[in-house]
Amino acid sequence: MIELYVLLGLMIAGAIIAIEVKNLLSAVVAVGIVGLGLSIIFLLLKAPDVALTQIVVEIAAVILLIRATLHRDIALKPCGSRPFGGFLAILFLGLAVLAGALTFSGGLNPFGSPLMTVSEFYPMNAVAGTGAVNVVSSVILDYRAYDTLGEATVLFTAVVGVLTVMRSKGKKKEEDLQGNNE
Amino acid sequence: MNAYMPYILCLILFCIGIYAVLSKRNIIKIILGVVIAEYAVNLFLILVAYKTGGRAAIFSATENIPPQSMVDPLPHALVLTSIVIGLATTAFMIALAIRLYGKYGTFDITRMRELRG
Repeated sequence: MIELYVLLGLMIAGAIIAIEVKNLLSAVVAVGIVGLGLSIIFLLLKAPDVALTQIVVEIAAVILLIRATLHRDIALKPCGSRPFGGFLAILFLGLAVLAGALTFSGGLNPFGSPLMTVSEFYPMNAVAGTGAVNVVSSVILDYRAYDTLGEATVLFTAVVGVLTVMRSKGKKKEEDLQGNNE
Repeated sequence: MNAYMPYILCLILFCIGIYAVLSKRNIIKIILGVVIAEYAVNLFLILVAYKTGGRAAIFSATENIPPQSMVDPLPHALVLTSIVIGLATTAFMIALAIRLYGKYGTFDITRMRELRG
């Protein structure tokens, strides 16, 4: 699994570049490196459905981020750290590392031997129970279909939220009304 | 400890994202930190599901694939949901950032005076 370590190292390097580089457009492109490396790792870990979704989502996210950063002159402005940020960062990184150490020394199985007590059911019964040869799609569309319904609800709510936040028409109308009244 | 090495690299990636969220002043950098931390969590779940020498959880008509040789399909299905929800929240955060830029003319969160608590 040497490819896994190489790709993880590439992702960590891309993440550090994305956080530390001054140019915002370069930072967005570096996050694109992280996301596409993640999708190749998903392929290596035998999760083709997740890899396809990750590629599509990553491209959409990079396009949205470029929309936020391009066409403005702010891309080259320097961005520093905020006061007390270093202290907070050290505190929370310490907590994260502590939680990770507790997890690794406790109940987590070593890499390559998953705990299959619950999910053994799905490969055993997917074809007979749902008729789907792809076990992942049988889980998301049949065994846990309400989960996918909730996902669609969240997606709809986010789209409504984005449209509400980005809309500037209503505000203008209100100003026009005030102008007419005065 | 070598058996936990991918998990440790994944934790490092998560810590980079947390560091960006906590210490950066530019709101785009904070969004990038959230995105990186989210990628790390998704990657962790897929790493937990991997079985050494396992195969993708897809049956074949021409080849006999025993169910015991498949990787864990349940985290794959849940991460599929999580990725799409992550895109939705990222889009919402970017919309808020664009609106804040339109109102205050800057991405620097320390200069948005009216947001001070």
